[in-house]
Amino acid sequence: MSAKILLALDHIEGIASLPVYAQHGGYAVLKKVLSDISPQQVVEEVKISGLRGRGGAGFPTGLKWSFLARPEGVPRYLVCNADESEPGTFKDRYLMERNPHLMIEGMIISSYGLGANTAYIYIRGEYFYIARILEKAIKEAYAAGYLGKNILNSGFDLDLHVHVGAGAYICGEETALLESLEGKRGNPRIKPPFPAVQGLYNCPTVVNNSETLAAVVPILDKGGAAYAAIGIGKSTGTKLISASGHINRPGVYEIELGIPVEEFIYSDEYCGGIRNGKKLKAVVAGGSSVPILPADLILKTAEGAPRLMSYESLAEGGFQTGTMMGSGGFIVMDEDTSIVKNLYTFARFYHHESCGQCSPCREGTGWMERILHKILDGHGSITDIDLLWDIQKNIDGKTICPLGEAAAWPVASAIRHFRSEFEEYVLNPHLIEDVKHYYRLQTT
Amino acid sequence: MPKVTIDDISIEVPEGTTILEAARMIGGDIVPPAMCYYSHLQGTGGYCRTCIVQVTQGSEKDPRPMPKPVASCRTTVMDGMVVKNTTSPELLEARAGVVEFLLINHPLDCPVCDQAGECHLQDLGYDHGKLETRSEFPRREFEPIDIGPHIKLHMNRCILCYRCVKVADQLTDGRCHGVISRGEASEISTYIEQAIDNDFSGNMIDVCPVGALTDRTFRFKSRVWYTKPVDAHRDCPTCSGKVRLWFQGDDVIRVTSRKDEYGEVTTGPEGNPEWICNTCRFDTKSVHDWEIEGPSHIQRQSVISANHYESLKALKVTTERMYDANPHGTKVDLGEGALDPNNESK
Repeated sequence: MSAKILLALDHIEGIASLPVYAQHGGYAVLKKVLSDISPQQVVEEVKISGLRGRGGAGFPTGLKWSFLARPEGVPRYLVCNADESEPGTFKDRYLMERNPHLMIEGMIISSYGLGANTAYIYIRGEYFYIARILEKAIKEAYAAGYLGKNILNSGFDLDLHVHVGAGAYICGEETALLESLEGKRGNPRIKPPFPAVQGLYNCPTVVNNSETLAAVVPILDKGGAAYAAIGIGKSTGTKLISASGHINRPGVYEIELGIPVEEFIYSDEYCGGIRNGKKLKAVVAGGSSVPILPADLILKTAEGAPRLMSYESLAEGGFQTGTMMGSGGFIVMDEDTSIVKNLYTFARFYHHESCGQCSPCREGTGWMERILHKILDGHGSITDIDLLWDIQKNIDGKTICPLGEAAAWPVASAIRHFRSEFEEYVLNPHLIEDVKHYYRLQTT
Repeated sequence: MPKVTIDDISIEVPEGTTILEAARMIGGDIVPPAMCYYSHLQGTGGYCRTCIVQVTQGSEKDPRPMPKPVASCRTTVMDGMVVKNTTSPELLEARAGVVEFLLINHPLDCPVCDQAGECHLQDLGYDHGKLETRSEFPRREFEPIDIGPHIKLHMNRCILCYRCVKVADQLTDGRCHGVISRGEASEISTYIEQAIDNDFSGNMIDVCPVGALTDRTFRFKSRVWYTKPVDAHRDCPTCSGKVRLWFQGDDVIRVTSRKDEYGEVTTGPEGNPEWICNTCRFDTKSVHDWEIEGPSHIQRQSVISANHYESLKALKVTTERMYDANPHGTKVDLGEGALDPNNESK
């Protein structure tokens, strides 16, 4: 049985409009929170719920909120990170497209808890049509008195703005997002100071993923403890998974954290098994930047226990035999997939999206892409594989922001688990086909 | 005051000091190299990653080591912090990796580069680089362009340290150049065909760690190690007027600001960096304009000191001749034993 909390209403016709949303209990939680609950209690409930950031890092949201500096006379900001740009992730898009009011309600409650009077939704440029949906929903919320001055006579003011980005992957990194929101070039800032102390316009700021903010509504509705009862261990609640790749039923699924990976891939309720009866080869479990795992390691951990869809279980075994939950971009690959070609596509992406601020990422991502291109071109040598390994090692952990790691981890894991495939490309150049296709794809 | 231990040497430093600054207070070989950090400019550092160090103990209160190498120029010390720089072979390996990244697109045209001899990337390459390149792909190439009447930009050589951008931001009014494009395609550029023309723009040349920004009045005149640096000053209405003159024979062929051992502009008596204006730098190249103070002190490892000119008698004659030419200047006393070529202390 799938636990539908965030997507409980998404099948209802016209749920994107406020009257229909209100009919199905929309904004009831907001009314309850504003009349009965203090801001401190909101933060407390979120802490109790054990909600973790759904954008990728999985940092406990309540803890993040409690870090927010609260100096007198300085405004605080809440920013919703809707710059969903990780390849393989498309959950926020579905959420915002279907049920924009849920996220807006979550943002109003969160802003109340954090004492922020201005909130922003930073949405990626390619989602311009969702920006229209959100703007329409915000307009409705203003008209109904859920936004603006003195919301529902509680004395709490909130202004909510939608800001459309220009489509850079790096602007999904929170400090680059803030720079971009300020109207500057989207370069990540050097931390510390963290946004909780000096964020937007140098004021304390909380940046949360859309899904995280939407989850605040059910938490305040049923209580943090009830939310914490769902899920397993420290992975509480439900998570939206964007399933794509060679499966029978690609799409966005809401799962209770802790279901077995095997069930998720093969159950008809979720992915419905591998397309055309093929065998499973590998899975990228959390969006393109997390390590790829071969079939045996994604279904079972190195110790032989079944792997579960939870932050802890997916990470079990470290990067040697494990991976990460990431943003929940679940990419399934069947036995016919070329890991090297797939890796080249990822490497090309990270090369293209590197902001160019710090040297390892600026120079290393392009270098890795060129070597992979060379291998795919049939001109590779065995030393190139070792060189790739060295380059990723030199990037990993030496950059300003996590983009360097995001570029390095796929390379590291592909070589770690599928080295033989690289060697096959290098040793049998005559077997390589389809190379011209990749020439055409190359953008630079 | 927090106490930090860098490569087994402990020092107490004021609150808020960065690891790099603390290392510089100790001095010597343990100072991490820095290509983008510049102490006199706000918000520099963090980009080049050559100054990375390993923190093996975060602080007295929280002794956990930091999982990744940190940029020492942007990490402040905590009480009881233990830092490893030259004592960690893994870290030196990692730094060699960063140097490799900086060099794969660098043209290595030192034989025709004006910066050669005082280039930080050259020093960095010698100290931390590998002998051979592992990159076999074509380098990124740009045409050299004039970005204003005084400055030449060789984008090929640039390592994107952002120092010149910060100089333009913080020293001059109305910055009209910056970094355009993204990732590997990033380049320093002026804003749509604008020229950089500002009283203090020449300092961009001084802060550039490589040969990307060079002085158009000095280009191809001489290799730096054939020139003799002499400290001098003049009454300048705009700047400190404290400069370094670079002589070829009796002619001043270049004027720069004075730099310390880390290649940064020296600090004046009131703690202010001694930037110089473009009039001093480009327009006053006659000995008569200056009051000569004496030979500049150059670091021993520099190729410029290969001349040992500080202790050569011939130079004494030269300075005396300068004194004759400029009787208002101060006569230099080189001190006891300065004329002995075997005297290492000078």
